[in-house]
Amino acid sequence: MKIAKTRLLVFTAATALFTIGHAFADELSIMASGGAWQDAQRKAWFEPFSKETGAKILEQEYLGDLGKVKAMVDTGNVPIDLVTVETATVLQGCDAGILERLDYAKIGPRDKFIEGSALDCGVGLDAYGDILAYDPTVLKEAPTSVLDLFDTKKFPGKRAMRKFPAQNLEWALMADGVAPADVYKVLATPEGVDRAFKKLDTIKKDIVWWDAGAQPAQLLASQEVVMTTAWNGRIQNAIDTDKKPFKIVWNNQILEYDMIAIPKGAKNPDLAYKYLAYISKPENNAKLASYITYGPVRTDAASFVAADALPKLPNAPDHLAGAYLVADTEFWGDYGEDLVKRFNAWLAQ
Amino acid sequence: MSALLPSELDRPALARGRSAADADPRSVSAALRRAEFGDRLRTLALAAPLLLLLALSFGIPIVLLLSRAVYDPTIADALPRTSVALADWNGQGLPGDAAFIALAADLSENQAKGAAYELAKALNARLPGARSQVLKTVRQLEAAGGKPPLDIMKAVPFWSAPGTWPVIANGTHAITSFYLLSALDLRWNADGGIERVPPEQAIFLQVFLRTFFVAAAVTLATLLLGFPLAYLISSVPKGLAAILIVAVLLPFWTSILVRTAAWTVLLQKFGLVNDLLLWLGIASERLDLMYSRIGLIIAMTHIQLPFTLLPIYSVMRTIAPSQMKAAYSLGAKPFTAFRRVYLPQVFPGVMAGCLLTFILCLGYYITPALIGGASDQLISNFIANYVNVELNWEMAAALSFILLVFTLALFGIFARILGLDRLKMV
Repeated sequence: MKIAKTRLLVFTAATALFTIGHAFADELSIMASGGAWQDAQRKAWFEPFSKETGAKILEQEYLGDLGKVKAMVDTGNVPIDLVTVETATVLQGCDAGILERLDYAKIGPRDKFIEGSALDCGVGLDAYGDILAYDPTVLKEAPTSVLDLFDTKKFPGKRAMRKFPAQNLEWALMADGVAPADVYKVLATPEGVDRAFKKLDTIKKDIVWWDAGAQPAQLLASQEVVMTTAWNGRIQNAIDTDKKPFKIVWNNQILEYDMIAIPKGAKNPDLAYKYLAYISKPENNAKLASYITYGPVRTDAASFVAADALPKLPNAPDHLAGAYLVADTEFWGDYGEDLVKRFNAWLAQ
Repeated sequence: MSALLPSELDRPALARGRSAADADPRSVSAALRRAEFGDRLRTLALAAPLLLLLALSFGIPIVLLLSRAVYDPTIADALPRTSVALADWNGQGLPGDAAFIALAADLSENQAKGAAYELAKALNARLPGARSQVLKTVRQLEAAGGKPPLDIMKAVPFWSAPGTWPVIANGTHAITSFYLLSALDLRWNADGGIERVPPEQAIFLQVFLRTFFVAAAVTLATLLLGFPLAYLISSVPKGLAAILIVAVLLPFWTSILVRTAAWTVLLQKFGLVNDLLLWLGIASERLDLMYSRIGLIIAMTHIQLPFTLLPIYSVMRTIAPSQMKAAYSLGAKPFTAFRRVYLPQVFPGVMAGCLLTFILCLGYYITPALIGGASDQLISNFIANYVNVELNWEMAAALSFILLVFTLALFGIFARILGLDRLKMV
């Protein structure tokens, strides 16, 4: 009996010490959306930051949806300090009171970020392109623009697109003759939305829809589709590591930014800010491009990008020479929910 | 038939009641009631911890979550002055200047306490485009520099647009029917009546119907496959039956995600099923089995088969083969014997299995998400989308509520027609 009691006491004390030790350790918990992109962040940022500051980084993965974070914030138990998000999601999380409003004095000069990549609740990580990818061994004639998605005569066969209205509606309007500069003006009107859906109607039966970033490369590889929209880095990764013969079409690409944010009630905000300041330095911001083909968001980072990585970036001068569009975050913050509903209704018809 | 049901004579309460009756025949029914009451109380006491756990961990959270479908105080809480100013507005045209001034004051206060974003989102859910207008106005009010709030409000066309104020007035009630109506493709019109939403926005009724159709198709398929298999298992020697049961249960012990992934490998365009069909000459070109309704039903049928088969098997096992022989000896032809002796006895098991499968299919999520095409998504996919992506938990709660009501109604109808006691589970 006595022995049991002593053991219990020792056990309790050990547990308590362990817990305290745990709480005091410099740990930064980051949730990102996995895959080749998270691997690249690990090499470019997590590991060097750990080495420099001695802080340990705990990685978590998720699908990029904020529902999980909302549940954490609502219940007051927030085990993560940083979360990577898309721009539209930053606005959404900001509006819903899930993400912390950032203090840029602790991060870096806000005007040194590309316009639209430094938001109230999220700071830009990298620039990526929504592009068209195809397999030249399957498709004999090469598409020259993302808008060739809509040409089923010249390019028969299934094509994959992301199961989401953003990008697809923009491309539909451009394919219908709207100039890139006017796309969001047109899309803000009910007639413009009708016009975009009408254009999508013309290829609806030829579309396979994807949800996760890794799917486009798989769909191309299994020849389920002859061409697919995709995030450029995922396709480049399939070309470089998996030795796939895929090709990327840059003309009419849509440029977007990946973001990182601090959830409300994060346990270690000081260290989170330290990390944000670290990756926002131009020389560090440029490092990611060495591991995945996503470009820096700092305007003064271009000179730090490795020479062999530069030509593959979505914001490399060559890839901005043709027509392109920068995704309008404000527009999707305003109309996103309604257009998603309309899009789902359209899918179901 | 009655041999299948729990026999009344087995129950100890009745046995005790009978011994009391031996002592005093007049108090039979009283003694019986007493004994049964005590029995029920004991049963309840034994089940009490479980019931308590269910209520705390399952019942309360569900009620809280579902209550979000009708209770959304965000706008009401954020606009107290506006609520007062709008109290006696008739809903026609624009309200008076007092409402504009009250709204300006409410907006400024929300900005001061950092709640303007939440208000903007709540309004945007009902009035697309409201988000940026609210935030823009809030910023202008903040930088007013002595300009009267009324002028600022009137200068933003959004606040004088025809559709804006009815939505604000509607939002000032914390209890709302907005989400439940939306879940049924309905909405309030300007005259205070309920109308259907325009066809290009109507979606949920169609998805509910599709969910029921897929569930019914899968149930039928599992029955067609499961019934003969259950019969086979119940009629072969024990050793072989055990092997067959394991063969049915083995995939049952594998996670649904793994089984679904396996089906994607089989069904894809250059997958095994297509190879086989081509090789056998059944198909002349490769079929689109992935991202299609047919692929979805095949995969779901495979996953649901044990749920239908096991209740049927458990009933078939109890039917003595001698009954059929007796029927033959009395002159019944095989089909007549099957229809009049065998089928009525297995019917409760068939119903239990089918109901189980049907209800489970209503809540399916992973398989439609991975194998179904865009037009094969079931209602659970939409609920998940509202929870995870849109962060509109009110809408998710409303859809869940409707699904729950449908399911309970269905269960009620079955129970009514067949009698719950006839449903025989494993």
